[in-house]
Amino acid sequence: MSRIGRQTIKIERPVYIRESAAIVGVKEGEGPLRDSFDVVLTDDTLGESTWEKSESKLQKKAVFTALDKAGLAQKDIDYVLAGDLLNQCIGAHYCMRDMDIPFLGLYGACSTMTESLSIGAMLIGGGFADNVLCATSSHFCTAEKQFRTPLEYGGQRPPAAQWTVTGSGCAALSSEKGIAAITHVTSGKVIDKGISDLTNMGAAMAPAAIDTLIAHFKETGFKPSDYDLILTGDLGHIGSDILIDLMGREGYNLRNIHNDCGKMIFDGEKQDTHAGGSGCGCCASVLCGHIMGEFKKGNLNKILVMATGALMNPMIVQQGESIPCIAHAVTIEREAK
Amino acid sequence: MKHEMTNKEYGEYVKKKTPNSTILKNCVKAFLIGGLICAIGEGFITLYKAIGLDEESAATFESITLIFLGALLTGLDIYPKIAKHAGAGTVVPITGFANSVVSPALEAKTEGMVLGTGAKIFTIAGPVILYGALASWIAGLIYWVTSMI
Repeated sequence: MSRIGRQTIKIERPVYIRESAAIVGVKEGEGPLRDSFDVVLTDDTLGESTWEKSESKLQKKAVFTALDKAGLAQKDIDYVLAGDLLNQCIGAHYCMRDMDIPFLGLYGACSTMTESLSIGAMLIGGGFADNVLCATSSHFCTAEKQFRTPLEYGGQRPPAAQWTVTGSGCAALSSEKGIAAITHVTSGKVIDKGISDLTNMGAAMAPAAIDTLIAHFKETGFKPSDYDLILTGDLGHIGSDILIDLMGREGYNLRNIHNDCGKMIFDGEKQDTHAGGSGCGCCASVLCGHIMGEFKKGNLNKILVMATGALMNPMIVQQGESIPCIAHAVTIEREAK
Repeated sequence: MKHEMTNKEYGEYVKKKTPNSTILKNCVKAFLIGGLICAIGEGFITLYKAIGLDEESAATFESITLIFLGALLTGLDIYPKIAKHAGAGTVVPITGFANSVVSPALEAKTEGMVLGTGAKIFTIAGPVILYGALASWIAGLIYWVTSMI
C-alpha cells in the first residue's frame, strides 16, 4: 500500500469485493433497478414494532445475505465496518449486538458506504485483515422522524427535496479473488460552501464531491475517460447537474460517464421523488446490487464510486449554521493491479 | 481549483440551478382544496342549525367535527396525501391544526405514552398555541386600554 498524494492511497496488496448484497424497501423495489437487488421487502416494518428496529433488522439482513453469498461465516470475518444515519448509529449498533465480529462504527452520513470501503481496503491492503464486511443502511421512516417531520404530517416537499432510500448494502471485502478489486482510495476533506437549506442537500454536497474528485484526478493521474463510470452516492438531479457543470469549468468533462445512485434508484416522474434518492442505503444498495451485478456481467471494467455526506443535524442548522459536507472516493476495477 | 467560487457566489449559483415551486398552480390548488374544506364546514353548520342548534353551538360543533375528521384522516394516512397537493389549503383550516397535533403524537407512540406521545404531541402545534395565546393576550390588552379611553 502506498500513499500517492495528500488524499489518495494506492492499494498494492489486492483487495477484492468478494461478494455483496443489497436489500431494499417496497418503493425502491418498484423503481428501475428492481431486478438488481437480492431482496425487495414486501413490508418496510420487517415485522418490527418500531422503525429503528426495522432499520437494524434491514442491515442485519444485508450482512447475513452477503455472508451467505460469499460463503463465509462470522468467524471468518476480521472486522465489520458499519454505520447509518441515526443518532449514535443505532441502526448499526443494534444490528451488531447480535454478531460475533470485531466492529468499528462509522459515521459519514450518506458517504458511509465509501468510507467503509476505504477503511476496509486499507485494513486488508495494509495486511491487518483478510476479510472485512462493510455495511450501511437507511430507512425512509427513521430518517423522516429524525431529520424532518412526522410521517403523517401534511406538508409539501419542495422540488429540490430528496427521498431517503429504505435500503441496506453490505460488501464483503477479501484478500481472495472476487467480483472486482478496490485499487485506489481518495479520502475527502470537510467542505462547506455556506448552503444551509436542508431541502437542497445535493447542492450542499456537490462542492465536497468536486473537491475530492479533483484531488483524485490530480493525485492518481487518471482522467475521467479512464473510467467507464463515475458514480456519486446521492447528489440527486440538482447536485449532479452542479457537479457536471462545475467540473466542466475545471477542465474535466464528466458528461456521459457520470451517474448518481440517487438518480438511478427511482423513476422521478412516476415515483414522485423530486430530486432523487438519498441516504446511506442509496449508494449502498445501488453499488452492492446493480453495480456489482454489472461487474459480474462484464459490463464494467473500471469505475469510481464516490458517496457524499451532509454532516449536519437539524439542531445546528436551526442555530444558524450551514451544512459541512464530505465525499470519499474508491476506484473499483475488474482486476487488482 | 481554478474557478473557486466564494460562498456568496456559490449560493447565488445554486439559486439559479434549483427549480422553484410552481407557485401559481400551488395557489390555485390550495384555494380550491382549502375552500372545499371550509365549504364542508359551512355544510355542517347548516346541518346542525337544521337539527335545532343555535348559531354559536352549531359553529362549535362544526369545529369539533372538522377536528375529528382531520385527526381521523391523519390516522388513516389520507390527510398527508391530500396535503401534498393542497399545501396551505390543508395547513390553514382547523383540520390542519388537528393533523399537526395527531401526526407527532402517532409517531412518538413507540417511545411510550408519557415521554413519547405526551412530550412530543405539541412539537409542531406548540408555537401556534404559545404565540396564539400571546397574541390574544396582547389583543386583549389593547382592547382594555382603548376601552378605558
